[in-house]
Amino acid sequence: MKILVPIKRVVDYNVRVRVKSDGSGVETEGVKMSINPFDEIALEEALRIKEAGNAEEVVVCSIGSKDCQQQLRTGLAMGADRAIHVVTDTAVQPLAAARIFLKLIEKESPGIVFLGKQAIDDDNSQTGQMLAALWDRPQATFASKVELSDGTAKVTREVDAGLETLEVDLPAVLTSDLRLNEPRFVKLPDIMKAKRKPLDEIALDDLGVEAAAQLEVTAHEPPPTRSGGRILESAQELVDELKNKGLL
Amino acid sequence: MARVLIIAQHEDGALNPATAKTLAGAKGLGIADIDIAVFAESGAGVAQQASRLDGVTRVLMIEHADFAHPTAARIAPEIKALADDYSHILGPSTTFGRDLMPRAAALIGVGQVSDVQEVLDSHTFKRPIYAGNAIVTVKAPADQTVVATIRSASYSAAAEGDSACEVETREAAASDPGHTRFVNLETGGGDGPDLQTADRVVSGGRAMGSSEGFDVIYSFAKKLGAAVGASRAAVDAGYVPNELQVGQTGKIIAPELYFAIGISGAIQHLTGIKDAGTIVAINKDAEAPIFEVADYGLVGDLFEIVPELEKLI
Repeated sequence: MKILVPIKRVVDYNVRVRVKSDGSGVETEGVKMSINPFDEIALEEALRIKEAGNAEEVVVCSIGSKDCQQQLRTGLAMGADRAIHVVTDTAVQPLAAARIFLKLIEKESPGIVFLGKQAIDDDNSQTGQMLAALWDRPQATFASKVELSDGTAKVTREVDAGLETLEVDLPAVLTSDLRLNEPRFVKLPDIMKAKRKPLDEIALDDLGVEAAAQLEVTAHEPPPTRSGGRILESAQELVDELKNKGLL
Repeated sequence: MARVLIIAQHEDGALNPATAKTLAGAKGLGIADIDIAVFAESGAGVAQQASRLDGVTRVLMIEHADFAHPTAARIAPEIKALADDYSHILGPSTTFGRDLMPRAAALIGVGQVSDVQEVLDSHTFKRPIYAGNAIVTVKAPADQTVVATIRSASYSAAAEGDSACEVETREAAASDPGHTRFVNLETGGGDGPDLQTADRVVSGGRAMGSSEGFDVIYSFAKKLGAAVGASRAAVDAGYVPNELQVGQTGKIIAPELYFAIGISGAIQHLTGIKDAGTIVAINKDAEAPIFEVADYGLVGDLFEIVPELEKLI
């Protein structure tokens, strides 16, 4: 079995993102970029499945400009066998991304496509579900545990009510939640080795996919800020304040 | 034709409050006809409840044994089958809606607007990105069905009106693809109020130190009649189950009163509470970022302060 892991290049988790003063976007100039953390968890799980003998190959793929090859190389250094880069300079929205990944599925025939449950830049949480719909295959989103056996995956999902378990037939789309695993650190020799692993480029135009943006983003603004309040001296003072506001 | 369809979320024969919040968001569209679809194994009770919500035109009740534990793979084609009659299809931004709605949108062939926090007009919406560090205005094309999820924390639930609208029974249009099977649902139980909808929430963080340490939180919450929440760190450390997590990747909540106890205030946690009415922070570190957003702060040992508070209220 082959596992396909789409990864997205995003502003690093630790960067405090700011809106540009003209409202045209957020500041990304000179900002550290990384693999979307949920995608990194998805990749880690795919690698563990392979290491347990349940998959033969892990392929990472990404859509974007030349820059996203940095993240693909990181994925290769983590242990992916090869990488596919769908090259475009235009930002791609989730439905278009799903259509592109479907094209890659047709070429690669994976048993599992493992994505992150959401990208931490646009926070959409859509691509995996959309891909499963277009592929007409099962989806198990927000996974915190995955057990494979005999052509099926038993997936524990983090839902609002607690933990839901689904059993899905493969091939299927899975998306990772935070507690699925802790991704490994990349070691220097692995980075060197990753440079020699295959990375194929495909021009988006050659895939014949309708990838134009459907939703138009017309403005960015900073969120309303909550101003800090007062530090009180005692529990009694707090109780008095809350009573005065009618909260107790 | 301008007409709105809301996909109801319900559990154990009762409508989830997120449905009435989705309805509150839908009212901002300026479209008079708003239907609610109830997919259930046995939906009469939920449909009746939905029919009494203020502003609903019609409830569609679609009953089938498959809907006892509805999966996105089973329900999304049902939504697609209804889509031609609607200009807008909305769901809540709960894990139910987040799982289901994008699958339905892709079948219909349109993009989705996730986590709508404000409706500007029938096709223009505001939504948060980057964990709420930026708010974008998004315009959906006028010639396509709009599929969106409504951010529950941004809306108060639409009230129940005096009268009930019509409940229309429909037949299921699709069949079970057979490839996705419900196994079970484990809930942490707990007898307190529901975290997502509670007026008061008490959350504990890493500083609780252990599951036993969290008893301080449970006890205080019980006295207050509050729901219990937790930071990611506390969940990761195994002090409490995952469904208590508040933040970007957990629950986004908007209680009137929020206590952040032993929580430093990472941006991902603050994302989950920024719509709270009043925030109280208790932390031994006076420099903790939580104090930058809290209305009231107490600096000191939470294991002394919280029991004292409990005695005083």
